Amino acid sequence: MNILSVSALSKSFGGVQAVRAVSFNVEAGQLLAIIGPNGAGKSTCFNMVNGQIRPDSGSVTIGGVEVSGKTPREIWRLGVGRTFQITATFASMTVRENVQMALLSYHHRLASWWPRVMNLYREEADELLRRLGMSEQAHRQCALLAYGDLKRVELAMALANRPRLLLMDEPTAGMAAAERIELMALTAEIVRERRIAALFTEHDMDVVFAHADRIVVLNRGLLIAEGSPEDVRVDAQVRDVYLGSRR
Amino acid sequence: MSSIVIQFLNGLAGASALFLVAAGLSLIFGVTRIVNFAHGSLYMLGIYIAYSAIGWASGSDGPGPMGFWGGVLVSAIAVGATGALTEMLLLRRIYGAPELFQLLATFGVVLVLKDFALWVWGPEDLLGPRAPGLQGSVAILGQAFPTYDLVLIAIGASVLCALWLLLRRTRWGMLVRAATQDREMVGALGVNQKWLFTAVFALGSALAGLGGALQIPREPAQLLLDLSVIADAFVVVVVGGMGSVPGAALAALIIAEIKSFCVGIGQLDVLGFTVSLPKLTLVVEFIVMAIVLVARPWGLLGRAPGPQRVFAGGHEQPLQPAVRSALLAILALLAAVPFIANGYTVVLLIDILVFALFAASLHFLMGPAGMASFGHAAYFGLGAYGAALLVKAAGFPMETALLSAPFVAAAGAALFGWFCVRLSGVYLAMLTLAFAQIAWSVVFQWDTFTGGSNGIVGVWPSPWLASGSAYYYVALTLCGCGIWLLRRIVLSPYGFALRAGRDSPLRCDAIGIDLVRMQWVAFIVAGTCAGLAGAIYAFSKGSISPETLSIPLSVDGLVMVLLGGVQTASGPVVGAALFTWLQDTVARNTDYWRALLGGIIIALVLLFPQGIVGFIRQRFGRSGSL
Repeated sequence: MNILSVSALSKSFGGVQAVRAVSFNVEAGQLLAIIGPNGAGKSTCFNMVNGQIRPDSGSVTIGGVEVSGKTPREIWRLGVGRTFQITATFASMTVRENVQMALLSYHHRLASWWPRVMNLYREEADELLRRLGMSEQAHRQCALLAYGDLKRVELAMALANRPRLLLMDEPTAGMAAAERIELMALTAEIVRERRIAALFTEHDMDVVFAHADRIVVLNRGLLIAEGSPEDVRVDAQVRDVYLGSRR
Repeated sequence: MSSIVIQFLNGLAGASALFLVAAGLSLIFGVTRIVNFAHGSLYMLGIYIAYSAIGWASGSDGPGPMGFWGGVLVSAIAVGATGALTEMLLLRRIYGAPELFQLLATFGVVLVLKDFALWVWGPEDLLGPRAPGLQGSVAILGQAFPTYDLVLIAIGASVLCALWLLLRRTRWGMLVRAATQDREMVGALGVNQKWLFTAVFALGSALAGLGGALQIPREPAQLLLDLSVIADAFVVVVVGGMGSVPGAALAALIIAEIKSFCVGIGQLDVLGFTVSLPKLTLVVEFIVMAIVLVARPWGLLGRAPGPQRVFAGGHEQPLQPAVRSALLAILALLAAVPFIANGYTVVLLIDILVFALFAASLHFLMGPAGMASFGHAAYFGLGAYGAALLVKAAGFPMETALLSAPFVAAAGAALFGWFCVRLSGVYLAMLTLAFAQIAWSVVFQWDTFTGGSNGIVGVWPSPWLASGSAYYYVALTLCGCGIWLLRRIVLSPYGFALRAGRDSPLRCDAIGIDLVRMQWVAFIVAGTCAGLAGAIYAFSKGSISPETLSIPLSVDGLVMVLLGGVQTASGPVVGAALFTWLQDTVARNTDYWRALLGGIIIALVLLFPQGIVGFIRQRFGRSGSL
């Protein structure tokens, strides 16, 4: 079943056509990676799906609902979790409180003025943190965490609204090699067990080829290849783009 | 036709004066990111020094041209040196501190300079000499126009050209522009930032001094100039775009021309209503600023600022048992005060309670919500006037008025806040200042309703509350409940959502938090509490005046919050108590209480860059939530 459907998506900035008529689908329980050289249109494509950029034409549907023109907040309500290339967490709060905030928002409890946060959705937050291996850090302030741990906090927050679709922008950027593989393996495991559709951009080809179910390759705004890691690995056009053409 | 030309020239002369002081402020902000509250004080110093320098250089029959222009030049240089000295001795040590602390430090400088001027030149207004050879007027299209104003226009234009050449054509100017765009990068490229900052401060201060000195034939030197000029200069800088010199020139021109034409046109009949445009001059610049900020949030020629430095903000925790019992003991002591202390102490304590609630409400915006309000007195004043008018004009019983007045303030906060939450950082702060000034000016001018500058007298509590101790218990109960409620909200999901917005707006968006609405509600909550403080204040004094919503009171609130520390809810309470007590005791013993207070503020900023409570916490570990 397709969770995310992107069809004929286009966007230009000034005279530059950043993305040209790109289409792809992501199914439940599947990880799709968008790769391509710098300036290929990965980020533009990604940001049109999450609502930060409004497409010129084409459509993006999540669970059958058209999302282009919706705000990131409305898209989140459709069941979309997000992580950022540079982590965005609430620095003054503890790890647990960060996750509690996402849960409070999911359960429409942010307007309450009386109960104390420390007692709300604590078990649910701890459950998520346990799944991500962050139980021991739960009481620590995010400002004091190592970068790899912040990535896990983000992931826990992204999972708090029980998403159908997970959007990850460079999920392993800025991490050590061993950490990357570990985090991505954990992410893939969660995505499969919860039947989430996951879309991510990534520079590290080891991560991509080890964990993506399918790969979309962009170059100069055009989709030049799509398929399983094996297919993409042997694709002549992809080789041209990454290794230079053999004339 | 000829009158239009004259009004236009009047506007140009005004623009020239505004530009000189605003250009310096903008340069300083652009490079050092310091919002220099003391810039108006430097302007004031410029007028005073020019007065003395010209007087010293001239004979019995007034100054010669050399004496006059020499005096102006001496003044500009002296003020530039003062600015450089301030930068080297004070600001250089706190560039790493949170922005609000730098603001507090510059406010300490304001207080010190004000009392310095009082000490040297005395409290009387001083009218300076007129410029020799330029006393008369020239005929322009048959109308007389002061010659000196023409010279002023020429000087303003020349300074603009000189600055433009300096910034565009010299190596130093290139460094200044580079630092305005990306300070860290300039540092990384090996530029000696220390001296760049000092030089910019000296130049900016000298411009303020020059701007002041040039006004000596037009307006008297007086002690209130500092805050009135800084408000004008902030407006010009914000409208033009912070850090942009051409922007400052453009904004000065627009504002001065509109003011000039308001005066020139006089009464205007619109649809049967008579609008007195000259009265509008008190607020016109703030209206312009509000419109510009809503349409172009970074000013006319400004650019969106780079990512702002986020300092890990406060983390409120529930009280630990030991702290809870200590608080209860303090509360019990406060309840016993009328039995053990004299009437004077009780009156002082009412003041402290009122300002503790006022400061706590401001802290609610500044701390958890991360929105600095420079015009918080607006809500205090609306509460005070609401209470007084509900009794006097609407005939409410005093008790009802006291409890309804906060809703007047809440309505004001809802209106002002709706615009403010669309901005952030310094721009938001400036817009709050603009709204406060508009509210002040309405109250100040609406003689028939608010009593104008005289205020409203005879606002007393009901007979059963008339004794000092009875009213003290009312104040203790209401202020105590208000502060407790604010703290409780900070610990609730809503309070956490506000902190979330302060920490990372991006993440808020990604987890579905409607930040703008949350922040708007925060304005209303803070406004309501400030209004309650104002209403209690009104009945405790028996009379109120427009000062209850003036800029100095807003600044007092800021000082209280920053003095105690912005990280925790107890900070503003400690700060308010200390500030009110200092003001009271020191003011009784010396004429120079401001200088002493300013000195204390500067010392505190240098010693405790986290505020007093923040310091205690850091020094003695996280022993509970103070």
